[in-house]
Amino acid sequence: MTDAGRIVVIGAGHNGLTCAAYLARAGREVLVLEAAHQVGGAAVTRELTRGFRVPAVAHLLQLLDPRVQKELDLARHGLALARPALKTVALNPEGEPLVLEGNRIVSGPASAADRAAYPDFIDRMRRYAGVLARQHGRVPPRLAWGSWREALPAGLIALDIRRLGREDMREFLRVVTMPIHDLLEESFESPALKGAIALDAVLGTKLGPRSGNSVFTYLHRLSGESQDPALPRGGMGAVSEALAAAARAAGAEIRLSAPVATLIVVDGCVTGVKLESGEEIGAQAVVSNADPKTTLRTLLGARHLEAEFARRLEHTRSIGTAAKLNLALAGPPQFTGLAPALAGERLLIAPDSGYVDEAFNPAKYRDYSRSPVLEITVPSVADPELAPVGKHVLSAIVQYAPYDLAAGWDNERDAYREILIGVLERHAPGLRKLIVAAEVLTPLDLERQFRMGGGHWHHGEMTIDQFMMLRPVPGAAQYAMPVAGLYLCGAGCHPGGGVMGAAGRNAARVVLEGAPR
Amino acid sequence: MSRYDAIVVGAGHNGLTSAAFLAKAGLKVIVLERNPWIGGATVSRELHPNWIYSNCSYVCSLLRPEIYRALELSRHGLQIVPYGGGVTFTRDGDLLGGYVDKEVRRREVARFSARDADAYLRYGRDVMRQCKLVRALLMRTPPDPTSFRPRDLKELLHVGREFGKLGEAAIYDTIRFHTMSIADYLGEYFESDVVKATFAGSGIIGTALGVQSPGTAYVLLHHYMGDVDGQMGAWGFARGGMGSVSKALAAALAAYGGEVRVSAPVARINVRGGRATGVVLDNGDEFEAPVVISGLDPKRTFLKLMDPKDLTPKLVKSARDFKIRGSSGKLNIALDGRPTFTALGAKHPLYAGDMHFLDSLERYERAYDDWKRGTWSKDPYLDLLMPSMTDPTMAPPGKHFMSVFVQYVPPLVEGREWTDADREGFKKTVFAQISRYSPDFEKLVLHAEVRTPKELEAEVGLTEGNIFQGELTFDQLLFNRPFPGYAQYRGPVRGMYMCGSGTHPGGGVMAAPGANAAREVLMDLRRASTVPEGWSDD
Amino acid sequence: MRAPAGHYLQTVCYTPFHSRTAAANSLNLWHRWRDHTVADAYFDVGLEYTALRNACAVFDLSPMTKHRITGPDALPFLNRLVTRDVAKIKPGRVGYCLWCDDQGQVIDDGTIFHLRENDYRLCSQERQLDWLLTSALGFDVSIREETEEVASLALQGPTSCAVLKSLGLAAIETLTPFAMRSFAFEGTELGVSRTGFTGDLGYELWIDPAHAERLWDRLFEAGEFHGLKPMGTHALEMSRIEAGFIQAGVDFLPADRAIRADRTRSPFELDLAWLVDFKKPNFTGRRALLEEQRHGSRFRLVRLDVEGNKPAKDAYIYDGKRNVIGAVTCSMWSPMAKASIALASVKVPFGAPGEELWAEIYYQKELKWSRVNARCRVLTGPFFDPPRRRLTPAPER
Repeated sequence: MTDAGRIVVIGAGHNGLTCAAYLARAGREVLVLEAAHQVGGAAVTRELTRGFRVPAVAHLLQLLDPRVQKELDLARHGLALARPALKTVALNPEGEPLVLEGNRIVSGPASAADRAAYPDFIDRMRRYAGVLARQHGRVPPRLAWGSWREALPAGLIALDIRRLGREDMREFLRVVTMPIHDLLEESFESPALKGAIALDAVLGTKLGPRSGNSVFTYLHRLSGESQDPALPRGGMGAVSEALAAAARAAGAEIRLSAPVATLIVVDGCVTGVKLESGEEIGAQAVVSNADPKTTLRTLLGARHLEAEFARRLEHTRSIGTAAKLNLALAGPPQFTGLAPALAGERLLIAPDSGYVDEAFNPAKYRDYSRSPVLEITVPSVADPELAPVGKHVLSAIVQYAPYDLAAGWDNERDAYREILIGVLERHAPGLRKLIVAAEVLTPLDLERQFRMGGGHWHHGEMTIDQFMMLRPVPGAAQYAMPVAGLYLCGAGCHPGGGVMGAAGRNAARVVLEGAPR
Repeated sequence: MSRYDAIVVGAGHNGLTSAAFLAKAGLKVIVLERNPWIGGATVSRELHPNWIYSNCSYVCSLLRPEIYRALELSRHGLQIVPYGGGVTFTRDGDLLGGYVDKEVRRREVARFSARDADAYLRYGRDVMRQCKLVRALLMRTPPDPTSFRPRDLKELLHVGREFGKLGEAAIYDTIRFHTMSIADYLGEYFESDVVKATFAGSGIIGTALGVQSPGTAYVLLHHYMGDVDGQMGAWGFARGGMGSVSKALAAALAAYGGEVRVSAPVARINVRGGRATGVVLDNGDEFEAPVVISGLDPKRTFLKLMDPKDLTPKLVKSARDFKIRGSSGKLNIALDGRPTFTALGAKHPLYAGDMHFLDSLERYERAYDDWKRGTWSKDPYLDLLMPSMTDPTMAPPGKHFMSVFVQYVPPLVEGREWTDADREGFKKTVFAQISRYSPDFEKLVLHAEVRTPKELEAEVGLTEGNIFQGELTFDQLLFNRPFPGYAQYRGPVRGMYMCGSGTHPGGGVMAAPGANAAREVLMDLRRASTVPEGWSDD
Repeated sequence: MRAPAGHYLQTVCYTPFHSRTAAANSLNLWHRWRDHTVADAYFDVGLEYTALRNACAVFDLSPMTKHRITGPDALPFLNRLVTRDVAKIKPGRVGYCLWCDDQGQVIDDGTIFHLRENDYRLCSQERQLDWLLTSALGFDVSIREETEEVASLALQGPTSCAVLKSLGLAAIETLTPFAMRSFAFEGTELGVSRTGFTGDLGYELWIDPAHAERLWDRLFEAGEFHGLKPMGTHALEMSRIEAGFIQAGVDFLPADRAIRADRTRSPFELDLAWLVDFKKPNFTGRRALLEEQRHGSRFRLVRLDVEGNKPAKDAYIYDGKRNVIGAVTCSMWSPMAKASIALASVKVPFGAPGEELWAEIYYQKELKWSRVNARCRVLTGPFFDPPRRRLTPAPER
């Protein structure tokens, strides 16, 4: 084994690839081991049925770190956008949908007051989100202030908040822990608008709009460079392909269909990995893009941790509630009231905040919503190569569908699919007849197929108690794990979920410091 | 026209406290009270002949001992009597007893989970850490984190230092504690649903949130941070009902030369040239003073007592947006004898304790879902006590006063005002919940007062019937209470102050807001403070 | 199946020996050891102590917390739990150990009994089920508290071996310190370990509670000519201080109870560095303790020989310049050492062996309070350490 300087990255998700690319660019020997037969993790484009390709899990690009794009020159490695900024369309089966773009209400059922207030609201929220955005590129500090030097990094965060200015700072400190519902009640009166924002706040979380922390999750969503989400050409897999190309170009090796079974631990240090095939690969450092629980409990084993750490890890919340619906359609879906020009935008089913809240309630009792909320895209409108000519693919993120469904997903999956199609049919009459193939990926399926523990898209809830220096576990939020030679680089670390690449980039920096050649 | 040094609007416990400290400093003070009685929500009322009802607040733990002592409330007749334990009834006919003796309690928890019985110590330690931290802030004015004034910076440093003293691991726990749900928090300690349900109640009392809502862990703290004679987390009765607290405060005020006028509803706070100058009553009587302190909740204070033209639009918006949703109701019941709870049998020490009826977190959460949908909980959380089991002054011998606090009860029923039929339905729901565990309860009822948020608002003046004068979520705590920029008891015009539970450190019969406000007033008047500093927990 | 709810009617529990200890307790002095009633003293603390050091005495230690740890991962589990290497405790052996939290602060100390392959008993002062189960994440072990299932007595003192011989335990004198053996005893199994909390020759006896009273009776029959007496907690406390043993809640605060961050102690700060084995790749607290080893400890637990005859109860400890540098955790007049002795926790760098410190002692005689500043010397070894404690075969007198 020539493992003296080798770094193994487990998982070719977007963060693993990002990390690998940075490590390789620093001249390190990098081997990425991916269980699946293609790169990308949850950012992949898969063939649903012959000729129809869909973004299997994640379907929009909103948070990708601009530094990663630039430093890894992803454009040169093939990343292109089919649409740089999608409008948001809140569907309305009774009539005109609400259309949002940037910080403005373009059209639809919103009061004059709301139209006037919306730009200021969004700008304000984006300023607050800027506080989070400024943390993206930083390794979270530890909070031990015995001395001024120790207190400094935490002081920097305080400074970021202070830099908002007095009024914004006051308001930031007031709203940051609030439920989005309360903030919306203060700010707006139009149900459709409140529904759309509520959905943005809670998508991918086990929170309802009336749950505290949901303003925070909303700010996280707004903490990317661009206001509106983009559609990569070739589906989300194209982002991963570009990252993989960048990593390979820098000299990293990527092995597919190479699932890791366990980490090899010698004298309390991680010295390599053992594949399911039995093959052992030595390494100076192992960086895991898998979620924290999978990495530390399954691959490493809790026995190699200290007891309180293991307990804290056990209690991190990562019950996924978002499912995915992918459809191959024989023709374009016709949503009621939707102008054909808007068919390729981001479509929401969340008519008001109360609806979103009612959809959330069953998840608390391990049941799924009969009236779910959906974020729908028809990527083939802007990117026709995803489907045969004149045909389409539809991709929808659906909530709430808790991983720990009491009745068991294997019993309920088919019934659930029918419910979802029924909801879509109500908003797009005739859609059912267009379906060529349909796929529902419940959180359980996401765990099985994409190896995300708990089927959680963000590798763990993105609430304040699991954010920054508390992510994934307090005291171990700096990418280096308490076992020598092991690092995390996925969404389970700061700054968390969404196709960002920031965790991979930050982790690479820590690995290079901690595992010098 | 009458002239005073200071006018306090509202003779609730905080208004009386503020007034007493000001009078102690030599100010000529008057407290103006709308009702023909004093006390606000801290009252004893004889609503059934020979029965004393603590018909709003009903137990006492948070009342700051520093204030108790500084105002000589003992001398003025206040006596706090700790009561013993509590019980959670389970649907299978069993119970989880919160016995006073810690070994007996441990054995009891062990019946449900041996591990939980042991984990209880860890839970107690961690909650006590948080209590210690927050108790250090109760008798202090919150610093303004946006300010560069030396006083604020010094206070911020103080808070930072208290925080730092916790040590790294506990600092993380503190951040988590304040942003977590009580359900998740309890899940980090306990495995038994009954055990979790037993502790969860403290996280939702008076709160428009469910046990799964982040932020409820703090509410639990709010119910743990008090003490009875140094016994942290213990609760007691004010002998003679909660009215004894206001009575003692009023006696202290009188002893210092202050004045209380009842049946004197204030219509407006007068402002001239950017200064508060006094108040005018509903009947047109005017009172003049350079200092006006409102003990009413922020919505009432700014939206009813003040003229919007004296306020900035931003402040008016803050007051409108202030969250003060009512979520609790109460039944006050005169009983012809002690009802028998099947699980307790004929004789049991826990008849003197508080009784709870939800044995799983799911039942709690579903109770909240009902509230969200605009109706009272059909399977409600009850905090049921018979103070007369401990306090012989509350009811004739052998008879009992039963106080039943109910969570959740909405301020409006499905968006409309409460009707008599609704009130009857609500009462039936609560009676049914009790009768399920005590078959002879209903036939012992001599009189029952039903209080929904509507009655609480109409009678006590708490907007939407919120018992804390505003919700206890982080956006309305510390430097955010009641609004950012106004958390130091000073109102938006000079000479105008706030002293109610809508200010830091919030609701409960604590009297700290009233005392803190008095300290700020005296500071502005450049007078020596009569308000004691908080005692250190070391 | 839940236990019945009526237990509250009984505020205290009794040990399996209670009928006998109650009969022997002529002073009727009791206290509550957590849930159990135990004797403070039976007839006279001084005479009980003397019986222990001169002949032998028996102490009812049934309320001691006992956990049973079994399963294929029992050894790796224990090795992750405690700071020393449990692999060195062979079947039939007992080891003193302590365990820490992740911050390297001591939660409790206790003894591990290696009963047989993959089967251990852990005895400790405090209940530890929550911590043990937390520590069991990722291990194939089963853990159960068995305090109520085992009755136990400590038989300690120079004639303890002779008493056991009279009881008919063959070749008991060959049992080495920290070893244990099983004997047939009137149709049941009697476990005997050469362990104790007195720093003397002595044994601990373990038996099914149903046979507890029988054991007590037979022991006292056997001990009749060997000076056997019952001994309460006061006498035990004297002997353990003389032996220099520490006690949770007295000499250190269990880390899982500490509300204030600076009140806990690490093994180094308790002078128990010998129990920390960094050769083990992982145990809870290892990272923090390595860090402490690099950067130094905050405190040091020292044994003090206090000049004069005043017991240094609760005394502040001063350096030569009159700065408070620590406080006494326990103290007594030692009849064996004929000295006023104390354990004290002092701030580093104070407390080096041989160093001279000062204790500020308050004492009263006939209600008059006086104060002395007594010179103290930091000792290296225990205050009392008789050779008989280690001899095998064990002496009979």
